[in-house]
Amino acid sequence: MKNRIKAVLGMCLIALVASVSVFGQASEFFDPDEFQRQMELLNVEPVGPADQPWLQALDPNYVSTTQYAKEPPWTICFSNAGLFNPWRVVGYETMMATVETIPEIAEFIVLDAEGRDDKQISDIADLVSSGDCDLLIVSPNTTAALTPAVEQACQRLPVIVFDRGVNTNCPVTFISPIGGYAYGAQGAQFIVENLPPGGTVLALRISPGVDVLETRWSAAEQIFKEAGVRVLGDEFTGDDRATTKQIVMDYLNRFGQIDAVWMDAGATTVAAIEAFEDLGFDIPIFVGEDQQDFLVKWAEEGLTAIGPSYPTFQWRTAVLAAVMVLSGEDVPSPWRLPQPTVTQDNLEQYLQANMPPQHYAFCGCEDLPGYPERWGGRSN
Amino acid sequence: MAKLQHEVPQANAWRTVVTAIGQIFRWVPPIYFIFAAIMIGIGLTNENFFTHYRNTLNLLLQAAPLAVLAAGQLFVIISGGFDLSVGSIITFVVLGSSIMLSGNPEATYWVIAMMLGIGIVVGLFNGAVTHYLKVPSIITTLGMMLTIKGAALLWSGGAPRGSLPAAFRVFGRDRMDKFLIWERFPHAVLILAGIGIVATLLLHRTNFGKQVYAVGDNPRAAALAGINVPLVRMICFALSGLFAAIAGVLLGGFSGVSTQVGDGYELRAITAVVLGGARLLGGRGGMPEAIMGAITLQALFSLLNNLGLPQPLREAVQAVILISAAAYAVLRERRKA
Repeated sequence: MKNRIKAVLGMCLIALVASVSVFGQASEFFDPDEFQRQMELLNVEPVGPADQPWLQALDPNYVSTTQYAKEPPWTICFSNAGLFNPWRVVGYETMMATVETIPEIAEFIVLDAEGRDDKQISDIADLVSSGDCDLLIVSPNTTAALTPAVEQACQRLPVIVFDRGVNTNCPVTFISPIGGYAYGAQGAQFIVENLPPGGTVLALRISPGVDVLETRWSAAEQIFKEAGVRVLGDEFTGDDRATTKQIVMDYLNRFGQIDAVWMDAGATTVAAIEAFEDLGFDIPIFVGEDQQDFLVKWAEEGLTAIGPSYPTFQWRTAVLAAVMVLSGEDVPSPWRLPQPTVTQDNLEQYLQANMPPQHYAFCGCEDLPGYPERWGGRSN
Repeated sequence: MAKLQHEVPQANAWRTVVTAIGQIFRWVPPIYFIFAAIMIGIGLTNENFFTHYRNTLNLLLQAAPLAVLAAGQLFVIISGGFDLSVGSIITFVVLGSSIMLSGNPEATYWVIAMMLGIGIVVGLFNGAVTHYLKVPSIITTLGMMLTIKGAALLWSGGAPRGSLPAAFRVFGRDRMDKFLIWERFPHAVLILAGIGIVATLLLHRTNFGKQVYAVGDNPRAAALAGINVPLVRMICFALSGLFAAIAGVLLGGFSGVSTQVGDGYELRAITAVVLGGARLLGGRGGMPEAIMGAITLQALFSLLNNLGLPQPLREAVQAVILISAAAYAVLRERRKA
């Protein structure tokens, strides 16, 4: 009996040591040069039509694509990381609706990797070896794992990458908004500017280890540190509303008052706001995103808030860039899209009462066929 | 000599006290000690926690969906099965209700009744497949988990559509101004108490309850003793499905619509039941302990929030505490036997 207890205790000890060593290896994501570059891009005037932000580019460097020009009809292939959150669902609908508007695209073949690197690697191999694709669009699941697959595809056909990047320059262009540092910094700066002296901040994040999310937090952390703001904690919500609400309730129980909440994404912002409401606290300064449920709450409650974005209209840009490449037109490479922000001044403009709660205001989809029903909205 | 005579009765008294403490440790289920230890931890990491009862009510409000789920899971586990479909039922209830109630909130009660009915039907189906087709319940309910999650996502198109009206969210979110002596008492806690009492009576005070234990201990012996084994099993799964649908109403009410609202709840419910001392292979377990297990698990999450450990360490600590608690329960059980 004693031995068995010892064995159990021993196993517990090993598990603890193992977990501590895993934690010790957590890497540092902050890159000061890239941070500086993104902060400068926030102030750059975009090139392109003002009413079509998905066609705008920041500080563009055009490359020639005449070698890829081909007579229509085209078959364009798309390897999608998956449809595992509303952001990707909204973007995907925008993409498919965009395809419908372009008669030169005879076929648009999509393979869904369901959020798995291994499936996406074999998806890309299948698409390339099928020989049907005139061009391949990739939205990578993770950066490092997909790099070799994209490099191999580049040898056979033109490739366009968007959203998360890959560690190679072989694609014709890489489409993305300014980036995570700018996103995180916009919210953090808003908090620093509006926080009462000695105020406290709670940071809520989705999950650790995802580069597009780590950059958001590392920029915010940097700004809070420089401003001497007291951060009560940074917690992971798993993008789950119930977990988010429970965490905020625990922090309110413990600290009594929180003066600002910084979030690295907006899907659970309303759940966090409800924790304040349900416990009878005033709603503090909030950083959300461009989701409708948050914008509605913001307008109703008159919040002090800001909504940085990682615009879903980049899914539209990906298709339009493919058309430009197959037509032999010059494209910006990399294609840096603007990263618009919802503020008190433009809130009314982006409120869309007829759209579902998790619809993104910067979908760039209002003039596409099937709007608004296709995105779950009502036409009125 | 006189001194010695004086000492002997004192030693006896001391031994009596020690024996009494030993008896308490032997007969009070270990989950209550684990709970007490975690609450002491919460008290140490948050000096405000015990200054007002509202913090305890908030903890119970957060634990209510999981506790209801654990109560349902316990019936299935005692009867010798597993129900992995409960998390998906939660997701289905939340997504389905939000779609059906979008634009017509007056249908709330009909939709809730329908969702509870769907929970029961899913449970009956799980039980029937497990018993008549001889598919192990872990496989049946795993298949059901994928099917229901798929149906919910297909119905909603992969993203939350619509929202839950206030009338739906009353159960999981709102509070009564005053209940007995407590102000701002959450409805969910009252619902949990009601379900806890009914489930405890059903399991520990009725013929059906005794049959559930008999089926889980030895289904063949139970059948020979004249128990309708398929019926008992199907009722257990139906209760689990019904309680999962109730948990879905509470959870959707608590925090609103999302596509991953029920993810991971099947494992959390099983963990809570095991923490409460139930045997995974069936035949043993107690209802108050299982509900206590769920509350303890929620308290553990709060404690880890208070400690502010980094995420990887936090998950490891959580796993170590759960394994230790389960190991302790098993060791104690063996010592008793």
